[in-house]
Amino acid sequence: MPSKVYNYAEYLRIQYIPHIWCPGCGHGIVLKAILRAIERLQLDKNKIAFVSGIGCSSRAVGYVDFNTLHTTHGRALAFATGIKLTRPDMHVILVSGDGDATAIGGNHFIHACRRNIDMTLIVFNNYIYGMTGGQYSPTTPQHSFATTAPYGNVEPPFDICNLAAAAGATYVARSTAFHATQLDKFIEKGIQNPGFSVIEALSQCPTYYGRKNRLRTPIDNLMWQKDSTVSVAKSKNMSAEELSGKILTGELVNTSRPEYTHLYDELIEQVRGLPESEEI
Amino acid sequence: MNTKRVRFVQGNEACALGAIDAGCNFFGGYPISPSSEIAEQLSALLPRHEGKFIQMEDEIGAMGAVIGAALAGAKSMTATSGPGFSLKQENLGMACMAEVPCVIVNVMRGGPSTGAPTSPAQADVLQARWGTHGDHPIIVTAPTTVQEIYHESIRAFNLAERFRNPVVLLLDEINGHMREKIELCDPAEIELWHRPKPPVDKNWERPYERNEEGVPLIPNFGTGSRFHVTGLDHGLTGFPTGDPKIRQALHHALIAKIEDNRPLILKNEAYMVDDAESLIIAYGSTARSARRAADILRKEGRKVGLFRPLTLFPTPEEDILRAAAGKKLIVVPEMNLGQYVLVLRRILGRDIPIIQVNRTDGDPITPDQIIAAVQGR
Repeated sequence: MPSKVYNYAEYLRIQYIPHIWCPGCGHGIVLKAILRAIERLQLDKNKIAFVSGIGCSSRAVGYVDFNTLHTTHGRALAFATGIKLTRPDMHVILVSGDGDATAIGGNHFIHACRRNIDMTLIVFNNYIYGMTGGQYSPTTPQHSFATTAPYGNVEPPFDICNLAAAAGATYVARSTAFHATQLDKFIEKGIQNPGFSVIEALSQCPTYYGRKNRLRTPIDNLMWQKDSTVSVAKSKNMSAEELSGKILTGELVNTSRPEYTHLYDELIEQVRGLPESEEI
Repeated sequence: MNTKRVRFVQGNEACALGAIDAGCNFFGGYPISPSSEIAEQLSALLPRHEGKFIQMEDEIGAMGAVIGAALAGAKSMTATSGPGFSLKQENLGMACMAEVPCVIVNVMRGGPSTGAPTSPAQADVLQARWGTHGDHPIIVTAPTTVQEIYHESIRAFNLAERFRNPVVLLLDEINGHMREKIELCDPAEIELWHRPKPPVDKNWERPYERNEEGVPLIPNFGTGSRFHVTGLDHGLTGFPTGDPKIRQALHHALIAKIEDNRPLILKNEAYMVDDAESLIIAYGSTARSARRAADILRKEGRKVGLFRPLTLFPTPEEDILRAAAGKKLIVVPEMNLGQYVLVLRRILGRDIPIIQVNRTDGDPITPDQIIAAVQGR
């Protein structure tokens, strides 16, 4: 079967291209994976709310032809929650970075997972704050370097997928810019999941993370993604020793639980039109 | 009087009832004293009216949800108090910049910091004007009675919608918790203002183009016009720009939208002002003591009046100048250490002596304190 030809231009605001991302950045690869998922699902562009916070990844919203909202740092999920509750018929898709989602926006992240509200969050994890010049983030590996970790990062990192799973997200998957064709499948399934979905997309920042950590070229970074990851399926036949230092890719959670806006609509059905005299 | 629409309620409840009568259909909040009754009431009332209530994980998230809901078409509000109001400031600025209609209630309590959670204060008045960073437009209104809270709650939504701007409704622990008899409006007779519609239903590409009132014609999300909303400086299309001319025009337009529409926004009361020799200027629950003081002094033969701005910002400069013209003394009581008086001093200059009556010990300013100030004691 010939591979499908995607019409990216259909979903892009071409007039705002070229984008602001650095040469070799992985974010364009991740954005294309999102657009492939959307095209395969044939979503109505008018029904998509595409929401972001602040950071490199968050600039993606300006380039796509949907209802787009560029919010404040870390708060995209909160804004999106208001949109989804008001318009449960809309597809709410969010893009965020590792700092945006798990540092300043960490609280909204875990509570969106807990509520299981039908939205899909794609976290572009490049292990660094790129927009502000390469400071360490909550996912920067311990001992690696950043402009605010000149002697190596003292802090241990978050595992974004474990965090999402523990907080209750009903679809959680991880892939990478290197595994782009796998990534779009997970995003597609995340959007289809009637609940809160988190897709962690390892992306690369050769400009800051790479330069500081001996991964200078984009190829070095992509090869690192290939070599550092192991699929969930393959990991089952590997020893703890072999798995040490490896990052799992694949579907980590795929379950179902009542969805928040449905539960609220059921509540409205029960109390709609009750007279004011009825005791609260 | 329609007895079916008479209620004996707290100011916070009146605020919630006003919101419902204004068509509010989204509340995002976080518990905080002394505002929590507003959230409690709306958690019960909104789903009965097919609206949505959500208690968010924090004050910041609540403000974000309110903005998201408003962009999707909801009449949207939140309620909080001092510490929560501080937390909301960044997103409040986003609503100013992106021109998102919403109502923020601040039931003021003692501060700074945790302060006095269940004691009254009026110490967030200048924060309500200038709390978020950057030059920005804002409407701030401070009702006095429970009945007035109900009406101002409706008016806050009307102003927010018509001018696509956040409106801050300042209550305080006194009038938020005080119970009074109020009469609700007949819903059929309430005049409701709506956000202006773009000239076309679909594919509208200039969401920040303005109508004759200077208000942008932004469609609701999901209605067939795919556009961009950002807190960055932007042009008429909504997209970020670095063009100095466009940026300057945006900043001027934001301020002009409120300042040029002051006749539609301002509301105040002049009580026994015309022949008065001394004038008290007071707002919020302190105006109750001020009115009592004026009544007592009048009985004693002193010519005292009260000017009471409901809309604190934009500032009713002409009305203040008119009320103060020819007066020998101005007395300004506030439950803070002198905030709105700074605005008044700027407007009135040094020609008329201005006496401050300030209190931040958690007790209300009494009529006696105001009388003493008028009498020069």
